[in-house]
Amino acid sequence: MRGIFQLIIGIFFCFLPAIARAGKPEPWQMYYQTPATPVMDTLYDFHALLLVIEGIIVLLVAVLLVFVIIRFRASRNPTPAKTAHNTLLEIIWTTIPVLVLVIIAFPSFKLLYMMDVLPKADLTIKAIGNQWYWTYEYPDHSIHFDSNIVPEDQLKPGQLRLLEVDNRVIVPINTNIRLITTSSDVLHSWAVPAFGVKRDSVPGRLNETWFHVKKEGIYYGQCSELCGVKHGFMPIVVEAVTKAKFDQWIASKKSGPQTPNKG
Amino acid sequence: MAYAATIGEVHEDHRPTGWRRWLLSTNHKDIGTLYIIFGAFGALFGSVLSLLIRLQLAAPHGTLLSGGEFQIYNVVITAHGLLMIFFFVMPVLIGGFGNWFVPLMIGAPDMAFPRLNNISFWLLIPSLILLTLSIVVGSGPGTGWTFYPPLSSIGQPDPSVDFMLLSLHLAGASSILGAINFITTIFNMRAPGMTMHKVPLFVWGILITAFLLLLAVPVLAGAITMLLTDRGFGTSFFEPAGGGDPLLFQHLFWFFGHPEVYIMILPAFGVISQVISTFSRKPVFGYLGMVYAMVSIGLIGFVVWAHHMFTVGMDVNVNAYFTAATLIIAVPTGIKIFSWIATMWGGSLTFETPMLYAIGFIILFVMGGVTGVTLANGGVDISLHDTYFVVAHFHYVLSMGALFGIFAGFYYWFPKMSGKMIPEWMGKLHFWLTFIGVNMIFFPMHFLGLAGMPRRIPDYPDAYAGWNYVATIGSVLAFSAGLFFAYIVFYAFKWGKKAPNNPWGPGATTLEWTLSSPPPFHSFATQPHIP
Repeated sequence: MRGIFQLIIGIFFCFLPAIARAGKPEPWQMYYQTPATPVMDTLYDFHALLLVIEGIIVLLVAVLLVFVIIRFRASRNPTPAKTAHNTLLEIIWTTIPVLVLVIIAFPSFKLLYMMDVLPKADLTIKAIGNQWYWTYEYPDHSIHFDSNIVPEDQLKPGQLRLLEVDNRVIVPINTNIRLITTSSDVLHSWAVPAFGVKRDSVPGRLNETWFHVKKEGIYYGQCSELCGVKHGFMPIVVEAVTKAKFDQWIASKKSGPQTPNKG
Repeated sequence: MAYAATIGEVHEDHRPTGWRRWLLSTNHKDIGTLYIIFGAFGALFGSVLSLLIRLQLAAPHGTLLSGGEFQIYNVVITAHGLLMIFFFVMPVLIGGFGNWFVPLMIGAPDMAFPRLNNISFWLLIPSLILLTLSIVVGSGPGTGWTFYPPLSSIGQPDPSVDFMLLSLHLAGASSILGAINFITTIFNMRAPGMTMHKVPLFVWGILITAFLLLLAVPVLAGAITMLLTDRGFGTSFFEPAGGGDPLLFQHLFWFFGHPEVYIMILPAFGVISQVISTFSRKPVFGYLGMVYAMVSIGLIGFVVWAHHMFTVGMDVNVNAYFTAATLIIAVPTGIKIFSWIATMWGGSLTFETPMLYAIGFIILFVMGGVTGVTLANGGVDISLHDTYFVVAHFHYVLSMGALFGIFAGFYYWFPKMSGKMIPEWMGKLHFWLTFIGVNMIFFPMHFLGLAGMPRRIPDYPDAYAGWNYVATIGSVLAFSAGLFFAYIVFYAFKWGKKAPNNPWGPGATTLEWTLSSPPPFHSFATQPHIP
């Protein structure tokens, strides 16, 4: 199934400079970032199915309109017909959309439940939204730190403007990670497009989601709920590393200084 | 529906003149005109703001709206949304065209409650004044048009948000009173023989809209009252520290907010039905199906609100329900699209400006509709919620759907309302400029959204620069089209040819075309009878 859809998508977008190959947006990008988690894989495939179905619908309507415009213009068809209903036709164009929706609904529910049902988590991370930075806690390892945007004048070569942070979230690959999020002030939303993850951070609530990164890499996201003047300036960066590197990082964090816990 | 042209000729009687005619007006046509003029100001105001937004986003590092650490940007997007919804689309479609043509189409002498009609309109003036004040008081409401707490409560304590909320209270009261008036008029003041199954589809559109307003707006009023008391009187409906819940607000808001989008589009559906039928010279195909499609869109519209909230952390079964319910809306919408095409099928089509806008409406509304199907899926929505994909989707159904409906209706009825013709070439040029402009703005936004660009950000990562630049060029084009439209209206009033009673030929069968252009101050001197 997946191969076919990717082929179709490939044909749709073959004129593109490049379909992004990393967890960040590329110039002139027209489609999703490359999926980095099984959830995003499923979402990507399902979206491809939607794109094909919807493309056919738009095409059908466009072709019908063009045909009608050409065939039934006044100069070619001076006497209008008087037909005002046709029960069979009306039944058909009611039932066929219903069937199409059923075709859409099954994979849709599959995806929805896959996203929601958390597998046994090997690591828990808590992301607390603040105006306007994120605080991360690793309760399993008693680590916590703030993650602030790197201001433009302090960017190092290769770092992305508005996307880079001083302290990245480090996660091991091939691990089920539970993400818990809440907020200390207004609404925020923790989102990483390549993961297919977006969860609102609501004060007074703990929201939960999960991800499982397949490949090492750096994955960028941005706060996705309007949270005040610097809403566009509190990015999210997740760095996925091997388990060995992750353990090293944990060890160095535990011995090193930590920022005070504001969560 | 062919109505006999048996309307008695004009014999003028007393009418108020000067300021009394407008300020104290109880005449549905004058009030309709006031609404349209008011809506034009709202549109101008809202469009200038949208141009400012696009200029700010033309390239990375935009500084145009960077005042107060980009607070000004947030104020502009908030005001743009509220103005376009409450002070442009609703006044023009419902207040303007509704007031003008519902009584004419059903053969009624006026609205049922003429003085109520007057107060519905004049409530909007203080409402707009309050909204304008909210922008200049304090730091302005930088909350987005959805004004979610806690950002709109503890997040912005200065009085600007209070001004905005009070403005919405007045606009809401205006809408409720108008809705009562329309429902009463349509149920009680139809001419003899004008049964409910004979009233034109535009009237049905307004009737269903009025019911949606009547049921949805009080919920908004409740939500903003609770927000006002949270802000000013120490209650904590939405404040977690006091046992409240910010999500309660979102549920209340979208219980209003989702019917609200149908409030904006159902009258446009009605306009499109009249226009397509007129210029196909055929009755609307599947009239009853069209009516029940609109009724079911209205009904289902009340039970899908939480599809705006798939990311807030609701139970998965709730998300599944809202996914299913939302998908179902595609069915009646599909019925409407196919019925319009079937109306054209076998017709004798001509392509005057209103018809161009109607055909443009169909194809662009279908595009907005299918992206709506994408977003209806709770799973996919996670990847697209609060990105530019959503912005693209709702502008396709509103900035192309509702707006094209408004233009179709305006070009269709302008000869009737003003007694002047608009030169066809001007209207057609305006159509093509608008069509290219809006597509150039909003089509690239799909790409931006898929690539992950969040909405409501004043500056963006450099990778998003390309498509944003294209969108800004499109918005300059669309804005120039808007200015050209203003010139067209000016031109038509000054130099336009005199309009006949019915400039559109045998396809225009509704009652308003039996009257002179413009219609006499008191419409039907002899009550029309519908065979």
